Amino acid sequence: MPDAALAPAPAQTPLPFVRIQGVTKNFGTFKAVDDVSFDIQKGEIFSLLGGSGCGKTTLLRMLAGFEEPTAGTVWIDGQDMTSVPAYDRPVHMMFQSYALFPHMTVEKNIGYGLKHEPMTKAQRADRVREMLDLVQLTPFAARKPHQISGGQRQRVALARALARAPKLLLLDEPLAALDKKLREHTQFELMNIQDRTGITFVVVTHDQEEAMTLSSRLAVMDKGRIMQIGTSTEIYEYPKKKFVASFIGSINSFDGTVSQITGPEALIDIPDLGSPMRATAIAGLAPGQPVTLAVRPEKLSIGRDRPEGANVIRGQVEGVAYFGKDSLYRVRLPGGRVLSVSAVNARRAGEHDRVADWDDEVWLAFAPSSAILLTE
Amino acid sequence: MTARLSDWFNKRGWAALIIWLPYIWLVVFFLIPFVIVLGMSFATRTSTAPPFGFGGEDPILNLESYQRLFSDTLYIRAYLTSVGNAVVATVFCLLIGYPMALGLTRVSSTWRTILLMLVILPFWTSFLLRVYAWMGLMGTNSWFNRLLTDIWNALTPEAWEIAHVTMMNTNFAVVLVMVYSYLPFMILPLYANLERLDPALDEAAMDLGSRPLRVFWDVTLPQSIPGIIAGGMLVFIPACGELIIPSLVGDASSPMIGRVISDEFTSSRDWPMASAVAVALLVLLVVPLMVYSYFESRANAVKATKGAP
Repeated sequence: MPDAALAPAPAQTPLPFVRIQGVTKNFGTFKAVDDVSFDIQKGEIFSLLGGSGCGKTTLLRMLAGFEEPTAGTVWIDGQDMTSVPAYDRPVHMMFQSYALFPHMTVEKNIGYGLKHEPMTKAQRADRVREMLDLVQLTPFAARKPHQISGGQRQRVALARALARAPKLLLLDEPLAALDKKLREHTQFELMNIQDRTGITFVVVTHDQEEAMTLSSRLAVMDKGRIMQIGTSTEIYEYPKKKFVASFIGSINSFDGTVSQITGPEALIDIPDLGSPMRATAIAGLAPGQPVTLAVRPEKLSIGRDRPEGANVIRGQVEGVAYFGKDSLYRVRLPGGRVLSVSAVNARRAGEHDRVADWDDEVWLAFAPSSAILLTE
Repeated sequence: MTARLSDWFNKRGWAALIIWLPYIWLVVFFLIPFVIVLGMSFATRTSTAPPFGFGGEDPILNLESYQRLFSDTLYIRAYLTSVGNAVVATVFCLLIGYPMALGLTRVSSTWRTILLMLVILPFWTSFLLRVYAWMGLMGTNSWFNRLLTDIWNALTPEAWEIAHVTMMNTNFAVVLVMVYSYLPFMILPLYANLERLDPALDEAAMDLGSRPLRVFWDVTLPQSIPGIIAGGMLVFIPACGELIIPSLVGDASSPMIGRVISDEFTSSRDWPMASAVAVALLVLLVVPLMVYSYFESRANAVKATKGAP
């Protein structure tokens, strides 16, 4: 499959920092990871995103060395690490539960991995101090994990994983156990620490917002396979598969057939919408081919007057959810389909003079370039 | 009057009853019998029934029994034999039970149920029957003894040839049967403790560079100390006072303390002496426990204050 995002990224370094090639992991008859290949560049924050049971955690555990692949190879920094046990890998992990040693102080927890480094006692103490400083926990050095808060525990786990200066840091749902306010703060702190240390991060998460803001690139996984790899923008604006389009954000999608291709645009017949819709064509499209047209809620415009141009849809407002800065409208089409439309409340308006209200007849429209065409 | 009483019960009586029930239990079934035994140990032996009384030269505090306790080497030797056998049995229970408990936490849940049942299964047979079974096995004419004899004779030079292995009526037999009988009491609390440990902690230690043995030493063992202490107590304390096992398979010339107490009560009809031996055994067992728990709670308090800001 000649997919630009799945192919090794342009050679900035002679070898990609992490290369996963044809990796499969079976648990009995269950294929947790199914023939996965991709590369991660040095200094990236790379996220594995997917629902539970999609294989992201198994993939992470194979990078850590807790699971051995049934087939395939894992290279880290030019070395074949496929069967190297966890304790011999230059890879450290921040566990979802943090897995702090309850019988050791914060200081001892952070210094634990340093026992295996050829360092003097003083050097070790210095390194622990440096780490405590990095995560701003110096006053809590002598406490036990149960005597500090959840956010502090998360920082101890991070410092412990960073203390031996790993080549690769694995983070398993790093923000899942934190409350919303702390998450945002910690997210920026993680990015800041990544920036300062230059360590490559691989993050496993089920939270798309977390993945999109945190990562330089992300891989969307489903049923043990990689669905798409790309930057947040690529994944959100240019999904290549129906699964990716519907998994990330919300989307309105219609099944149709290609009726005509004129230059850069394709004309799509959609039974649900009545009139044919225009959309920017994708490679390999032929007239008569079944295709799915998808439009994100915020790409649809909504108004009481019929707009000029193509891709105009008529409907009736069935519900309005007001969020302050924007509103979500549920619009029922004559055929019965209900679309989601999101509009920024750019103009101050009361309940009765806003863009559209309950039961109003409205017109929706979208630009051909905003429409996503999906064939798989 | 009854109205006021039921009123009191409804307000705080039931709560008080529940809180005090364990204390009442302890007072009735431990403290009062203990005071009786303690009193008896200061009495004088008589030929009446019951065979003790207060009177004579030292009407209230007759210390004769305690003096004999320290002067007669029989008692001191019995204490040493008891503690020695109990310590050895506890250590072997730990050495055998720890890997078994750890193994129980690492197998699939189906196997775990089966293995746990196998650990408890011996309790379904009478304890006495199991000791008799061991007596049969250890006796000089058993297939087991012949097997051991044959193995020994096959492996050692001819000059060392033996007719049979002497196992019955030795301290070895006592320790062997005690280890067998008390092993579940070591395994179960250890298993309960180890089962609660988070396997992610082992992975974290391994991830940070520790090999499996090091992981065990750094992470598993320190966290299982409460389980080791609980299991150790459950084996050591009853093993110290064990009566049946040494009576049936032990060496009669070096009795354990339970046997001595029993003999003093029955064959020699010296109840004050028997009581004094029992009181001394209690002191021997309880004082180390109290010292341990005192230091433990003090160490915890120090840790807590150190950890606070």
